[in-house]
Order: sequence, then structure tokens, then C-alpha cells
Amino acid sequence: MATTSVPWTEELVEAAGSKLHIIKGGTGQPLLLLHDELGHPGWLHYHTALAQHYTLYIPLHPGCGQSDHLDWVMNMRDLAFWYLDALDELGLGQVPVLGGSLGGWLAAEMAAMCPQQFKRLVLVGAMGVRPPAGEIFDMFLVVSREYLRASFTDPASTPEAQQLYGSDPTPEQTEAWESARELASLLGWRPYMHNPSLPHVLRRLRELPTLIVWGRQDGIVPLSAGEAYHRAIPGSQLVVLDRCGHRPEIEQADEFVRVVREFLQD
Amino acid sequence: MLIGHFTEQPWQDNTTGLMGTQSLDLSISNGVYDPQVGAKLYNRYLDEKIYADQIGFDALMLNEHHSTPFCMQGVTNVGASILARETKQAKIIILGNILPIWDDPLWLAEQLAMIDMISYGRLVSGFVRGGGRESVSHNAPPHFNRERFEEAHDFIIKAWTTPGPFRWEGKHYHYRYVNPWARPLQQPHPPIWIPSTVSVETVKWTARHRYPLVLLATKLEPTKEAFQLYHDTAAEEGYESGTQNVAYLWKVHVDETEELAEAAGRKYLSGVSNPFLAGNEGAVNPAIMNLPGHTSRTSRKLAATAFGPAGRFGTNRRPYEDQVNDYTIISGTPKTILPKIRHVLEYIRPGSVFFWDGDGAMTHEDQMRSLRLMGEEVIPAVREMGKELELFSPFEVDPATGKPITAEAGAPQPATDSPTP
Repeated sequence: MATTSVPWTEELVEAAGSKLHIIKGGTGQPLLLLHDELGHPGWLHYHTALAQHYTLYIPLHPGCGQSDHLDWVMNMRDLAFWYLDALDELGLGQVPVLGGSLGGWLAAEMAAMCPQQFKRLVLVGAMGVRPPAGEIFDMFLVVSREYLRASFTDPASTPEAQQLYGSDPTPEQTEAWESARELASLLGWRPYMHNPSLPHVLRRLRELPTLIVWGRQDGIVPLSAGEAYHRAIPGSQLVVLDRCGHRPEIEQADEFVRVVREFLQD
Repeated sequence: MLIGHFTEQPWQDNTTGLMGTQSLDLSISNGVYDPQVGAKLYNRYLDEKIYADQIGFDALMLNEHHSTPFCMQGVTNVGASILARETKQAKIIILGNILPIWDDPLWLAEQLAMIDMISYGRLVSGFVRGGGRESVSHNAPPHFNRERFEEAHDFIIKAWTTPGPFRWEGKHYHYRYVNPWARPLQQPHPPIWIPSTVSVETVKWTARHRYPLVLLATKLEPTKEAFQLYHDTAAEEGYESGTQNVAYLWKVHVDETEELAEAAGRKYLSGVSNPFLAGNEGAVNPAIMNLPGHTSRTSRKLAATAFGPAGRFGTNRRPYEDQVNDYTIISGTPKTILPKIRHVLEYIRPGSVFFWDGDGAMTHEDQMRSLRLMGEEVIPAVREMGKELELFSPFEVDPATGKPITAEAGAPQPATDSPTP
């Protein structure tokens, strides 16, 4: 994987009536990245690799980082509406979007509402659909570090996971986790991290090229949910990575980047 | 002064191994629950409460917790309903119903109005936000815990005081027809008291609403600080609070001999684990203690400032001796406990007190000995102390105005006036 360091910047922009904190880096066409239920983890290897070819836009969800909390947002669909409005104002035009876990759920909702907004959709271990077999791991019955341990097949032999989560969290990490967990609780407390109507509206994605990436050993969102997404989205591709848990972008970063790049280049 | 009795109504048995071990909150399967044991314990605790009413306690304090053996009362209104009918004199003080877990607070308003009528106006309706244990057990959204508490509170007050039908279109609750065919006997509505352990926001909210605040088994120094925070907030609000605004629950047991008293006192620490029962808190489940948004991050910082970094109970698993030394457990004969109770009253000046007794591994016999001596010797003596120290309950001095309550204006109808079939 390319590891040339890529400078990234952050800015606070006005979007859809509130302040949005965006991390930005790379060169090329824009690629929108939607972070998960523990917030933006910082600039990782896979960001660097993708940033060789795309300009990454990583908005911090409302209430995270310096982004304003939105009092009227009561569920994922509200948030998706707000984000579509924000995208209009950011003027990125039609963009590819990649979302992991809770960010994948958000991407799927936005895409179902407005498929023409997106060039391509990448869902990674996405929440949002009730797994036909197994349950989505309950993040609120454990502390964040335990949740992270459950997110990897083998965190000890994943250097980047060790580097990120191997020691006591920094105050910044704790703050990022807590604010993201507050949002996650708002969006996914009940029903737990899914929207029963989502599978029925995903048919709208029939014209949107969609890649679904899943770790075969995903301990957070069982693979059966990925298969359900695959069935619900006409023409979608499902790529299952071996020896991989809930965070393919970290645990199988090289393979993940290869699969995603190939899909985005098609 | 108002003197009340409290027990968490803990699970007790000799078979599960839950007694005297440090168990993790929300980790015990109810597969081990034996309803035969449950039936006996429920009736035992009701018998004790009825006896407490008969021997002269002014108040019977009830509470509720969920999915845990340390408090068998998952529905406090069931206990309150039975006591409303089976007792005659004592106030029934629910501390409290857990508002945020109610998806239908109109139903709660109806239940409480019924309890108030059946008891002939003896209900004190406390409200609490509940802990993570309760949010998880009833799947109540923790991030809206405070908002739901406040909206449900406002709604219930309106349902009690405004002739229906009316509509309610709030953020969390929505009703098209609010018109319950049950209205509280006490007008304009039953007194509302708010219990608290650590939340600075709750102390301030309570003071702003001029509701009595009940500190639950906190150490004396942080209790005094919380009372001061209340009094300061009241001053900011433009009224003068006093002893009628603050109440204190702590562990007090009385017995026939010092030996019996020590043996029973030590049993506070040898029942099933209870996060509120110092010395036997069990293993705290950090995930459910810090559910997102349950306690604001600001409040956690404020609480650390106000109560000290060790939290509401200070050091966990404090030995019996330490708790005896700092007065958080008082157990002895009437002769030895009365001076200690007096010290507590003088130091924190509560207008109402609740003796937390009959808990942990204490038996029915332990509790009944204590209740008898409470009635014969302790309550009369503490009542005198209250007079001497000018400690007034909210039934003597109005917590909202600071004015004395006259018998004509404030006293509820006695139950003996009830028609008999």
C-alpha cells in the first residue's frame, strides 16, 4: 500500500443551517467518507492510499468534533435529509460515497432517498438492516475499548489497531467516542441500529453501482446483514474478506483499498 | 420533622450464592429466580411496612429498580397501592417513579391519582431519572433521559391540574385526548419530592422547582454540600429554603443489645450486591453507568467538583467499621444510636429523615426487633430532637414559600373517615 504521507486539512463550513466540521485531503475527484459510531478515528493508512487518487471529504457528523448538534434530528432518516441538504450546499456535485458501520447505514438511507446524488455507493459492514441471522452487537452494554476488541478478528496482530487502540485512550479519543456514541444512541437505540423499512426502499438503488464489503468474521454486524443488503439492492456486488472483522479498512487495509479502488474505477 | 422507613426489598436466598458476593450489575440471569422465595419475600416486606405504619413511622419510603436482585420492587406503584389500602397513617413516599422509562406517562398520572385517593391523600410522588440499568432494562433512550424526565413531569402535573380533555403535542409525548377519570385527592396535586445521589443538575432543577430534595445514603460531607447547593440555588431563585426542603436517607438499625445490633448492622454488607449500599456495591458495570447522554459530560465534571473524585459513596467497599465511624451506618441500642442520630441531624439539618433498615442479609426477625424499638424509643426521641433543633418537614413548613402549614390547610383527610361497607 502506498504510505506516502498526504497532507490533510480541516475546516468548519456553514452547511444546511449549521456548522459542519470537515476533514479533507488528497487529490483528484471527491470521495465522500461517512464515519462510524465511534467517530472519525484520525487519518489512517487507507485514507492515505485512497487520497492518492481522490480528494477525501470526511464530515464529522452533527454533535461530533466541532460540528453543531442538531436538536431536531430524531432518527437516521432526519439525519440523512439534513446531509443531503448539506451536500447541496457543499457543491460537490454527484459524488461517490463510502460509509462504514453506522456511516454505511447513513449512506444507504441517503442513497435510497436520492440515488442521483451519488456516483457510486460503498457499504462497509453497514448497520441499518436487521441481520436475518444473528444480532448486531450491542455497543451500549460494553465500554468503547471492549467494543473495539470485538470489532477485530485479531486486534493484537493488526498493527494499526494496536497503534490506535492498544493503549489507554487519549482525552481526544474519549471525547470523540463519547460524542459519536451519543449520536449513535439517538439514531440506533431502538430499534437497535436498524430501520425496518430500509430493505424495502433499497430497490431505488437499481441504477446506482453499489459495492458491499464485509469481513467474514464481522463480530459487530453479522455477514447475514451484508447478504441482506446484497439481496435488497439490485445489481449490487458483495465482496467478503477473509480473516477480517468489522473494520476491513484497518484489518485488511491493502485488500480493502484494492477492492474499493477497482470498484470506483470501473 | 418527618421520620420514614425504607428498605430496598432485596432478594435473599440460600441457594444461588448471590448473597455476600460481589456481583456485576446486570449480569445475573433470572433463571435462578425462585417465585416461591419471591412470594414470601414480597409478603414479608409488606408486613414490615404495615408494622412500621402501626408503630408510628410518619412515612413509608418506596422505590423501584429493574432487572436486579438488590431491589425486588420493579413496580413501585404496586407496593404503594397495597400500602394505600393496608396502612392508615403514614405518608406513602415513592422515591420514585422513573419518568424517562415511561412511554405513556398518562397511565402513570392515573395510577398515582388512584393511589392518592385510595390512601386518602397520603401519597408523596417522587420522580427520578433512573440509572443506566433502568434505561437498558426498559429500552428507554438514554440520550433523552433528561428531556423525557422534564417533559413527562410537566405533562403529569398538567394532567393532574388541568380539566380535560386537552391535547399534548410535545417532543417526546403525544396525546390527542388527555382526560383521565381519576384526579388526585391532594390539591392541586400530591407533593413531589426528588431523590438524588450525585447529579448537580438534578439538585439545581429540584431547587428551582421548590421541591424537597432527598439525598440517598451519601456521606455526610457531600450531603451537606448538596444541601448547600440547593439552598444557594433557591437564593438565586429568590426564595429562602430551609430544613423543609432537604431530606436524608441513611442506614439506621436499632436492636435489643449491642451484640445483636452489630450482628444485624454487618448484614447491610452481606446481602446481594447493591450499588447504592456502601460496602457491598458489587462490581460496577462501567458501560451502563455511562450510557450516552445519560449524565451530561458537563454534569459529570461538576459532580466530580462538588462531591469529590471518589464519587457519591467515596471509596468503594468501605468496611463496616469505617461506615460506623463516619455515621453512614448507625446500629446499636436506643441509648447508643440516639446521640449519633442527633449528630447527623445537627450536622446536615434535614427536615425529614428516612431510616434504611432491614436490608442486605437482615432477616424478618432482625427487622421486626428494630421496628418495635423504633416505635417505642427511637421515633419519640428523634421527634423531640427535631423540635429542639427546629427541623421542619414539608408538612409543617411549605417548601415553596417557607410559611408554616396549618392543620386546616395542609392536613389530608384521615383514613378513618373512610366509609366502611
